[in-house]
Amino acid sequence: MANDDPRTPDPRHGPRSRHDVAGEIARIEEKSSSVLWKVLDWVDFRVKFRESILPSIVHPIPRNTASWWYVFGSATLVCLMLQVVTGICLALVYVPSAGQAWQSLEFLNYQQPLGWYLRAMHYWGSNFMVALMTIHLIQVFMFGAFKYPRELTWLVGCVLFILTLGMAFTGQVMRFDQDAYWGLGIGASMAARFPLIGQQVVQMMLGGPIIAGETLSRFFALHVFVIPGILLGLVGLHLLLVIKVGINEWPMPGRLVTRERYIDEYHELVERDGEPFVPHGVTRDVVFAGIVMLTIAAFAAYFGPKGPSGIPDPTLIETNPRPDFYFLPLFSVFALLPPYMETGLILTAPVVLIALAFLLPFYSGTGEKSWQRRPGAWILVIMMFLMLGVLGWLGTYSPWSPDMTAWSGAPVPERYVKASSPLELQGALIVQAKQCRNCHVLGDGGGMRGPALDGVASRLTRDQLIRQVLQGGGNMPAYGKNLNPAEVTALVAFLTTLHPAGELPSRDSAVPAVPATGADAAPPRTGDAG
Amino acid sequence: MDTTRRNFLMRIGIALNVVAATLIAVPVVGYIASAMRKRSYQAWVKLGPMSDFPEGETRLATYTNPFTVPWDGKTSNVACWVRHLSANQMQVFAVNCAHLGCPVRWFPESRLFMCPCHGGVYYEDGERASGPPPRGLFQYEYEVRGDELWVRGGQMPTLANAV
Repeated sequence: MANDDPRTPDPRHGPRSRHDVAGEIARIEEKSSSVLWKVLDWVDFRVKFRESILPSIVHPIPRNTASWWYVFGSATLVCLMLQVVTGICLALVYVPSAGQAWQSLEFLNYQQPLGWYLRAMHYWGSNFMVALMTIHLIQVFMFGAFKYPRELTWLVGCVLFILTLGMAFTGQVMRFDQDAYWGLGIGASMAARFPLIGQQVVQMMLGGPIIAGETLSRFFALHVFVIPGILLGLVGLHLLLVIKVGINEWPMPGRLVTRERYIDEYHELVERDGEPFVPHGVTRDVVFAGIVMLTIAAFAAYFGPKGPSGIPDPTLIETNPRPDFYFLPLFSVFALLPPYMETGLILTAPVVLIALAFLLPFYSGTGEKSWQRRPGAWILVIMMFLMLGVLGWLGTYSPWSPDMTAWSGAPVPERYVKASSPLELQGALIVQAKQCRNCHVLGDGGGMRGPALDGVASRLTRDQLIRQVLQGGGNMPAYGKNLNPAEVTALVAFLTTLHPAGELPSRDSAVPAVPATGADAAPPRTGDAG
Repeated sequence: MDTTRRNFLMRIGIALNVVAATLIAVPVVGYIASAMRKRSYQAWVKLGPMSDFPEGETRLATYTNPFTVPWDGKTSNVACWVRHLSANQMQVFAVNCAHLGCPVRWFPESRLFMCPCHGGVYYEDGERASGPPPRGLFQYEYEVRGDELWVRGGQMPTLANAV
């Protein structure tokens, strides 16, 4: 930065005036001796850019906006342009047909020269676009840039955010593999929860009764024509608003926004301490744009494209569908919501959240802009980060899903069955054969849907274990019909041995404690605690 | 307001455009909305010979969706779980979890259907056992015709329209 504190005027520059626009044009015209410049002059005599566009390019902006915090919007735009270029390239080869999309993706990966690289650029470009857009959104929010008179800029930005997520979801469908197929299934199942018109919404979304040829064609049209068309138009409006309303000045604590004075104050600021937008306002954007593109190129080259995973054949049910990372928090929410809230929240939460975001500049449109005096803004952003972070992180290993392969791959570890009675051994076998470990950890392996079985005897008495196995409850299926009484006895006999060494199993306090005898008082297994 | 020659022409122009816009909009809307006209996407399809479904077992069966286009590829295949109780007593479940449509898998040892997405679990008779599903598995209408099992299918089962 030219000086350490971007908020104080730099005496080296002296006062700048908006009348300098004419000066800028004159300076450019002075250079018009070269042939190239003469050609440009010839063109401009006809298109008149010098009259229409140039004033926007050199319009004065507050000098204190020259900060690295202001680069994320333009970086998102750079990603968008990259997506347009790589997307057009992919469309040259990709076949938007349910029967052949997957094969054409494989062709892109392995046969089309550099096809893998362009797929990777498009994939990583989309990830960076979502990430940079989110940072831009947070910066705008923390800097109070949504306040008067930039409400419309914020509103259009919110729509752009939603459209970009729409591009991310439809783009994930373009990668027409098992994740895409079952992701569409999740989308359709959510749409089906609309009251009364659920079926119509599903059929409108799928283009027919099932996820098939018409579905992919539909999402292709959305991803390639409809959403990008609206997106590019609104990006134009967003930029026009930035230029016409002016870039948000660096927020000063205590300098409150009022509808009466703000416009005058802003003009006074750019008169006193303004710089032309080009080159002053865009220097850091240009540098950062280069860094972003190089980073995307490096990620694409190093990590390569994503997928496609398995062929989208719905009869191959040995699949484990997961969305791309930006939808993981949503994926987690659906697993963790209690069933009775789910439909209500699916239908209302998006509406409420979008309405709150849209209306933000109308209920908080004036007053303090600086993040230093807006603790509520901090709390909101931190809470959102924690919430999305935790949900996304849970989504990466989804503890609510049964471990679908635990039963076959993992016999009960030996240390649990050393010195066991025949009955307990039989119980250990039942743990393995009845897939208890799909949902329960025992030792090293197992699902996390239910509590770990290590030490279960310290938590539940023998009677409680029997009841839990037979009747289930607390999200456990009842096994009463699947196990015969002898199996239950054996299973519970084994489970009562699962307590840490040196610790007695739990017992019913209503029954007087008697000196340990018989099968109920098997000696504690050493090494259980591990 | 007096009608000049120019604004008369303008009115004719506007009227022409309104007529043209309507003539274009009606087929466009009809074309797009044709997907959701409430037609019953259901037809009887053969699932296979009864010998494929031994009594007392639950087996995966597949059929080709009766409503297809030639470019569907493998997506026109549909899978379902067939449970043969006794004689002509069957249960045919959709693979789609009643929660959000992921494919459930049958575990014969614990006699449970489990879903890999959000952890829905169902008993062998399709009743909800645990997890987020709001109901049991969707069931097909079926018929045993001679030595063949037929089901009535054709649309993706969801809470709005079961199979």
